[in-house]
Amino acid sequence: MLSKKVILYFILITGGIITLAPFVWMLSASFMYDGHANVYPPRFIPDIFTLTQYEVLFQRLDIGKNFINSLFLSITVTAVSLFFNSMAGFAFAKYRFKGKNKLFNLLLSSMIIPAQVTMLPLFLMLKSVGLINTYMAVIIPGMANIFGIFLIRQYVLSIPDSLIESAKIDGASDFRIYRSIILPLAMPILVTLAIFTFMGTWNDFLWPLIALTDNSMYTMPVALANLMGEHSKDPELMMAGSVVTIIPVIIVFLALQKYYIKGIMMGSVKG
Amino acid sequence: MRIRYSAPYLFLTPALTAIFVFFFIPVIAAFVISFTDFDIYAINNFGTARFIGFDNYKALINDQLFWTSLKNTFYFVIAAGPLSIAISLGAAILLSSKLVRLKPLFRLTYFLPVVTTLVAVAIVWRFIYHPRFGILNYFLEFFGINPIDWLGDPNWAMPAIILMAVWKNFGYNMIIFIAGLQNIPEDLYEAATIDGANGWQKFKKITLPMLAPTTLFISIITMIGFFQLFAEPYVMTQGGPLNSTLSIVQYMYQEGFRWWNMGYSAAIAFVLFLIIFTGTLIQFKLQKSPEA
Repeated sequence: MLSKKVILYFILITGGIITLAPFVWMLSASFMYDGHANVYPPRFIPDIFTLTQYEVLFQRLDIGKNFINSLFLSITVTAVSLFFNSMAGFAFAKYRFKGKNKLFNLLLSSMIIPAQVTMLPLFLMLKSVGLINTYMAVIIPGMANIFGIFLIRQYVLSIPDSLIESAKIDGASDFRIYRSIILPLAMPILVTLAIFTFMGTWNDFLWPLIALTDNSMYTMPVALANLMGEHSKDPELMMAGSVVTIIPVIIVFLALQKYYIKGIMMGSVKG
Repeated sequence: MRIRYSAPYLFLTPALTAIFVFFFIPVIAAFVISFTDFDIYAINNFGTARFIGFDNYKALINDQLFWTSLKNTFYFVIAAGPLSIAISLGAAILLSSKLVRLKPLFRLTYFLPVVTTLVAVAIVWRFIYHPRFGILNYFLEFFGINPIDWLGDPNWAMPAIILMAVWKNFGYNMIIFIAGLQNIPEDLYEAATIDGANGWQKFKKITLPMLAPTTLFISIITMIGFFQLFAEPYVMTQGGPLNSTLSIVQYMYQEGFRWWNMGYSAAIAFVLFLIIFTGTLIQFKLQKSPEA
């Protein structure tokens, strides 16, 4: 029995090392002087520790601006879509109205359409009203999403009708019920969806690459990819840029991982 | 009780308007545009675009570069898909073992690449694949493997992207598999043990069949995601060398947003949609047939 256990741990630890090695190297190279990561054998600990690369990023390359862009867009898209999705999810879960099931099924089945299909017309639409290269270009397509509505609906279905009925008898308005009963009770799924949306917006690449055309408007991933064009021979600088890009999502994930993992499981057990 | 008919519509309006105007209309518009010669002149004056029937789709059939991008993308999906699912399942089974402690720590570690920004880790891997200074070749040297020019050799560039994608994604499906494994009743395994079944037999006769719905779900979402390959080649190889990593989405992006051949690009986008749609149907069919 012991040997089986040893093999098991050996595989798991080896897997863990392989998974973490890129991060360790990234972090280490980001604290090196120019050229110190281009050595053989590779170093996993900086020979001389320095913050030069981070200084270059924030002072000369003004990456702080891109960081703020990403932060602002991720927070805004999360707030707006949470509001819109939760109202729609509530309506689908707790109201009876004409064409409800048809509408819901139409939404669900259109989830198979890849977003890339919409990008050309979306670009033309936004360009014709002068919104390309503005924050709105990123916020608008993210205002509502079908997966979010679905996730909230599933959760709200489990809230007992009796709570809503008694609030109605007490004379609460529909919006009051949404705000004072549904939202507080649905808090776990709202947190889950907030993490998904925040990370999704932060990590998104193709659409911001299309919709934002100016360096000062770029989000972190776009700025980083752009930087790669000029600095493909500077691993130290690029690793510092990667660290700055990754840190916010890692923090959000580590702080709220329980909700995140629950969300993945919920999304996978659909009917 | 008073029935408030308007309430559900008021709650639905913001989300559905946004989805209708910024998702459904663009889908229809893209379909229409794919039958026009919409180009850089039409961007400023939509009126100059003309209907050209199926010409874009016909042109695609004779477009060598399009076939290359199709072939590359299929290569990626067919190799990276099953590989990442197999590793996800393996990791999930190991992490479900009663012998293992510190499960949350391992789970967290394996999951970390999933949440990190794709562009950032693609850049990290670009340096990991460096033929002289990269850590991958350094590790492989311990096993006596000569340095490989991962991203510079047309034969190795796609395997390099596949390896990175597997590393990035396996943690996600692992979580779903762990949930699936927890739903398999313990007494099935106990009964099999009493009947003298070995580990492999239990895996084949209990674990795999009981996980079938989970596996179907995972296969579909993995396939849909992998067909949209873009950021990895964009950052690591720009589609090269010799177009060996050019993906469908990247080709669509180039045609549409670099050369502004929007009609042509829309046609490529619809071919991608059609492929994903067909792929999903096939997987549903395979799942229904007994031998799968």
